Amino acid sequence: MSAEAAWLGPEEWQAVKLSLRVSLWATLAALPLAVLTAYALARWQFHGKQILNSLVHLPLILPPVVTGYILLMVFGTKGPIGGALQQIGIVFAFRWTGAALAAAIMAFPLMVRAIRLSVEAVDPRLEQAAATLGASRIMCFATVTLPMILPGLIAGTVLGFAKAMGEFGATITFVSSIPGQTQTLPSAIYTFLQVPGGETAALRLTLVSIGIALTALLLSELLARRAADRAGGR
Amino acid sequence: MLTVSLQHALPAFALDVRFEAPPGVTVLFGRSGTGKTTVIQAVAGLLRPDQGRVTLDGDVLCDTRQRQWLPPHKRRMGYVFQEGRLFPHLTVRQNLAFGQWFAPRDAKQESLDRVVELLGIGPLLLRRPGLLSGGEKQRVAIGRALLSAPRMILADEPLSALDEARKAEILPYFERLRDEIGIPMLYVSHSAAEVARLATTVVVLQNGKVQRQGTAAEVLGDPAVMPAGVRAAGALLQARVARHHSDGLTELDAGGVPLFLPQIAKAPGSVVRIRISAHEVILSRQRPEGLSALNILPGTVEHLRTGGGPGAMVSLTTPAGRVLARVTRRSAHALGLEPGAECHAIVKTVSIAPEDIGGG
Repeated sequence: MSAEAAWLGPEEWQAVKLSLRVSLWATLAALPLAVLTAYALARWQFHGKQILNSLVHLPLILPPVVTGYILLMVFGTKGPIGGALQQIGIVFAFRWTGAALAAAIMAFPLMVRAIRLSVEAVDPRLEQAAATLGASRIMCFATVTLPMILPGLIAGTVLGFAKAMGEFGATITFVSSIPGQTQTLPSAIYTFLQVPGGETAALRLTLVSIGIALTALLLSELLARRAADRAGGR
Repeated sequence: MLTVSLQHALPAFALDVRFEAPPGVTVLFGRSGTGKTTVIQAVAGLLRPDQGRVTLDGDVLCDTRQRQWLPPHKRRMGYVFQEGRLFPHLTVRQNLAFGQWFAPRDAKQESLDRVVELLGIGPLLLRRPGLLSGGEKQRVAIGRALLSAPRMILADEPLSALDEARKAEILPYFERLRDEIGIPMLYVSHSAAEVARLATTVVVLQNGKVQRQGTAAEVLGDPAVMPAGVRAAGALLQARVARHHSDGLTELDAGGVPLFLPQIAKAPGSVVRIRISAHEVILSRQRPEGLSALNILPGTVEHLRTGGGPGAMVSLTTPAGRVLARVTRRSAHALGLEPGAECHAIVKTVSIAPEDIGGG
């Protein structure tokens, strides 16, 4: 057992580990789709672009409890998608995967916004140049666009990770707060505050939260600066 | 050979062009806003024309009627853009290699070493584009296009973003592409000097239509064709380097007439093209004596063109070729310049600018 594990109670340590797992999976799973959505919104002209844009932003403006309730209705075991997925053995309701889904959906708009801004900053004429040199659309993206949006992509990922770590309303509505299953850091803090004498545990978890957030921020600053130097031609 | 036939609606006018670009350098010549860039983009596949057909050596690149469309990355056109468009996140060497990654294995490849040597960019290889000068960027852009094993080079006003000194620095590299690599080129320009130095064929565009197509000497020697305005009119002469003199002059032999130019870096015997601006030429009926100008070309007036203004464009046939002179109507009248009249064209050595002298 590490020092941290000794310092934190088993239930607290469980919440920290679960939160990290949920946020990591949420961010990683949302990232490819966020890049595709951001690229489509920045570059392509298509019917329903405004609708897509509004849909993406919806979790940002809706009360998180509402988002959680919609998730419960759609992805619950009796919901249209949740019911179908249950047939092939994928269950979201009251599982950590459900917490990850809720976190991903809440983080998605923030990721898309950050990445979209950086795609818009890439001169499309560079992509044209790559095409005349023989690069197909996918290769254009991989060799020109992707390296140039890397700083924005890192920023968006960290922002998404932070949002996922802090997600509370939608998570607790959708998957409740079951210790070891769906009790993430914020819901653990909330639960400790509901019982007498739980303040010290809540304070410890608060310090852990601050530590994780600061580490993520510093790491992303470092990576983004290095990527920006490259993309800026230095 | 490239054949182009395009119709495309542009905000200001409708583009409707049809031309063929035989091997060598074909210059699309015209003022800015006459649709030149639209044409070259359609050839590259960066723009879908409303209607049209483009073929290269018999392969269809685009045919709107048969709904054929080859995307740009499959056309293998080496495009040199006005502003270079180097990839800022890659080094010069990686920029050069970019096109090589995608070139077909069996394509005829120029070697990196040869291109680097040809363009003199060896010292730049490890740098990033952000730190290059405009002229250096453009040389790397030429190299990058060349190394993608293109079937043809497309150049869209590649010198227009550069100052005069950089233009003079880059132009010789396009001559080397033409003469040493021998790759066909479609080159967009509004500069008569660039046409004079590079063009095998000139296609003159005006308001989206082909106004004239011909060899460089034919088109530049025709006073009716002046896309860059009457001040840019000038004739193109071919001459052979006879000898270099110790006082800094080079003597040329233009059809038996000696011409003196400021020293040029060409070996005796090599052929050069010189553009002589019409407004730098003085006419005299008698062979002048005691004159400081060194170049006197005897000739006969072919025709005289006057417009509403005070000027007249006199076209002379001389042993060196056709020479254009822009004089006032008053002088033309006083000298009795009319078709058949004998006269002498006088050109100051120093009035022939270095950018107007190029390889044959």
